[in-house]
Amino acid sequence: MSDTHEAVVAAARRSYGRLVAYLASRMQDLAGAEDALADAFERALLTWPRDGVPDNPDAWLLTTARRRLLDDVRHARVRREAEPLLILMMDNPAEPADAFPDERLKLLFVCAHPAIDVGVRTPLMLQAVLGLDAATIASAFLVAPVSMGQRLVRAKTKIRAAGIAFEVPGEGDLPARLETVLDAIYAAYGTGWDASGANGRHASLAREAVDLARVLVALMPDQPEALGLLSLMLYCESRREARRDEANRYVPLAKQDVSRWSRTLIGEAGQLLQHAGTMGHIGRYQLEAAIQSVHAQRALTGTTHWDIIARFYGELLRLAPTIGAQVGEAAAVAEWRGAQAGLDRLDAMDADEVQRYQPWWAVRAHLLAATGRVAEARPAYERAMGLAEDAEVRSFLAGRLAALDDTSA
Amino acid sequence: MKYALCFYETADNFAARTSGNAPEYWSAWKAYAGALGDRITGGSALQSPATATTVAVRGGKRQVQDGPYADTKEQLGGFMLIEAANLDEALEWAAKCPAAATGRVEVRPALSTQSM
Repeated sequence: MSDTHEAVVAAARRSYGRLVAYLASRMQDLAGAEDALADAFERALLTWPRDGVPDNPDAWLLTTARRRLLDDVRHARVRREAEPLLILMMDNPAEPADAFPDERLKLLFVCAHPAIDVGVRTPLMLQAVLGLDAATIASAFLVAPVSMGQRLVRAKTKIRAAGIAFEVPGEGDLPARLETVLDAIYAAYGTGWDASGANGRHASLAREAVDLARVLVALMPDQPEALGLLSLMLYCESRREARRDEANRYVPLAKQDVSRWSRTLIGEAGQLLQHAGTMGHIGRYQLEAAIQSVHAQRALTGTTHWDIIARFYGELLRLAPTIGAQVGEAAAVAEWRGAQAGLDRLDAMDADEVQRYQPWWAVRAHLLAATGRVAEARPAYERAMGLAEDAEVRSFLAGRLAALDDTSA
Repeated sequence: MKYALCFYETADNFAARTSGNAPEYWSAWKAYAGALGDRITGGSALQSPATATTVAVRGGKRQVQDGPYADTKEQLGGFMLIEAANLDEALEWAAKCPAAATGRVEVRPALSTQSM
């Protein structure tokens, strides 16, 4: 019984996204496809223990889902416009159930469509492409499970009602549309800032984000920014183990033991970035990956070329002037040209915008301490602590704060 | 909107208040309240659950019991009333509070007087 149960779970994990994508793109209806598949999985749990796991579980699931849809057509439970498509799908010998095409790319573009609220694009992808349940997604995004469920339902209703097409955008639209897909995948990964990104609540989704990027790269191998995004995330992942010491305390990037960085991931990230670089189109994600590649160099050379990092940040700011990139640049400039130069950059930022941005306060506290402005560093450390979500980051900052008091006493 | 953040803390949390870790415990809370700033409109830290006394009146008879109302692993250690734009924002703040890492934080919208 439990073996069968595992076979169903394995089939779900392996093929869920492909099955949903295939059905949804034929029906032009994501919610309907998910319902039909949920039904098929439920049936699998009932019949596989009795009849054994079929030779081709995916084909079985697809056939079962199709039958359920055909049933819906007969009982007029699907909208009229979808009927001819569905009937075509049932009868089309060109698309046998055991060799159905991979339509996940279309699904990714639908989930990240500009007509879909930006806050629900990532959750939608995680659910439709990877099969994550709403409660897990809600926790990762710190949203009440009920609200997350409602937002997902609303988005799927919109896909159907607005007739959002399940297709890969044409050449003209592609750059802008691809950007929304990349952004949504990256949103699953985290903020990208090393102090909080991929260490906070998003850490639970880091692997899922990498999975999504791998799907995208496999389906669009000639898009340099897709390669750049995967490279960026793999560089960050390569340092996962080194972000905590044996006592599980937070270790900032500069203090990390490079022998604990994953050479395998650094190698793969480097290859992806290099390959992207040959395509002659630089973009935000390639630049962010390039910054991480400079950090990764430390494992080989023992030093960090802050001048190069600062220049990459400068380029990045021209393309995408995000608050994270601004703070990143300030930190890099501080390492390169001295703390005061970094502080000047931080001071030039919009005061309202940084008020609740934890990395700004953490970097500012660090730089104030470095320039001997202890009295100002103290409240900055306190603010950084108060805005930190990770208890280990908070302890780390408390330690810095205590050290400050020791030196000033 | 007004939300109540109710901080449920572990026995270790309560112990930390008076132990050698007290400075770290209190500095985390001080920093948290500082970051919230004037979004806080009320609330208080509470003394340990051992200091609680629970009262009920049943059929005109008073029942007084030593200790907190519910004997759970995590106990109410304090509460804050905060002003937040919506539930998402209130949850953001709840996640940042020191009690979230070891205990639990219950977030509840305040009942406005108009609905009473």
